[in-house]
Amino acid sequence: MSTHTIRAWYLVHKWTSLICTAFLLMLCLTGLPLIFHDEIDALIEDQSTALSGPASSGSAPGLHPLDEMVAKALAARPGEVPTFMAFDNETPILTVTTAPRPDSPASDMTVHLLNRATGETVGQLREEGVMHFLLQLHTDMFLGLPGMLFLGGMGLLFVAAIISGVVLYAPFMRKLPFGTVRTSRSSRLKWLDYHNLLGIVALCWMTVVGLTGVINALATPIVEAWQMGELAHMTNAYAGKAALPPARYGSLDKAMAAAREALPGNNPQFIAFPGGAFSSKHHYAVFFQGASPLTERMLTPALIDAETGVLTDVRRVPWYVAALLYSQPLHFGDYGGLPLKMLWAILTIFTIVVLGSGLYLWLGKHRAPLAARVREVETGGAVVPAE
Amino acid sequence: MKRRQPLRAVFGIPFAIGLASFVGLVSALTGDGARDALSWLALAIPVGAVGWAMRMRKS
Repeated sequence: MSTHTIRAWYLVHKWTSLICTAFLLMLCLTGLPLIFHDEIDALIEDQSTALSGPASSGSAPGLHPLDEMVAKALAARPGEVPTFMAFDNETPILTVTTAPRPDSPASDMTVHLLNRATGETVGQLREEGVMHFLLQLHTDMFLGLPGMLFLGGMGLLFVAAIISGVVLYAPFMRKLPFGTVRTSRSSRLKWLDYHNLLGIVALCWMTVVGLTGVINALATPIVEAWQMGELAHMTNAYAGKAALPPARYGSLDKAMAAAREALPGNNPQFIAFPGGAFSSKHHYAVFFQGASPLTERMLTPALIDAETGVLTDVRRVPWYVAALLYSQPLHFGDYGGLPLKMLWAILTIFTIVVLGSGLYLWLGKHRAPLAARVREVETGGAVVPAE
Repeated sequence: MKRRQPLRAVFGIPFAIGLASFVGLVSALTGDGARDALSWLALAIPVGAVGWAMRMRKS
């Protein structure tokens, strides 16, 4: 690799990293506790709701009707309308979300927890506390969609920094065996070696978590594209009709039966009510999970006329929605038990060290001439520019 | 090691570690039990490599 090429990649690495490092450090530091979100919530909230019984997503005898569950939630918030219902595969708990209007923003929604085995209200989901604060900071820095898209852009820069870093790894390691950590010569050389070692071993994980983070940041435009494209096609016959008023919503149990008939053997993950971001203005959209572990996250919507309870259409989601659905577990690390979460945490700490050492290396020599910095990469740190 | 290594030698171990990481990331998605265990083992490889380097390659 010529000195000229190394210099170009060095500059790419320097600038992509410099711009995103502060935000990536924030994402790593907030992401670290968020890996253990469920465990921490369970500790804080004293899980007296640790229930056994038939899963709320199933159709076991004894489970209370969905219409009854919706009525219970609405009784707690008179005048509101239902917007979502979500199911659980392990416990009889389900959630019903209510809001002042069918298209109310998420901030106006109330999430009710109900036990479908007993038919009783368990409580309301509180969207507050430290973990919720961290999640908001991590998702959009309290700036809504622009914040999400901004952090997605930082994720893209992070991926560019990873790629340019791998290119620079080649000339740097040309004369060094893998894993070299020279700790006894200078602090700069030590952190240079750790930066290279941790960066290259975590390369695959950082790239996957970075890219899936970018896709998650695009969740809103992805869902909008699906609603305006695929969903509009599926409900073509209803185009131009006035929105169905909540007073005319028909039986949810009848709709669910029609949906189950269309997708036998699968269980629902959630229902989107008419007028929201996940359905048309006239349909219950029942999102079914796949039947196998691999397809469990692949949701298939069944659209049921909310007034008559008759099936309109079932169609697989397009590739960009599938990409979003699989990007969630691959970003959160919540799909392989506690050991996977621990590895996720260790790799996050590796990333923090890579970011921190990168910053240290830049601060230590940003006044040195460019040629000296390129020389350092070229020689594997043999020539350390004056600090 | 003072000799220049071919690119294959520079990226041999990193490629193997990256491949193991990828297997680990995907395997837990495809099922539970043994597939989770495989994912733990595979993703322990990049973590273990750092531990190994800190013990064996420190100078």
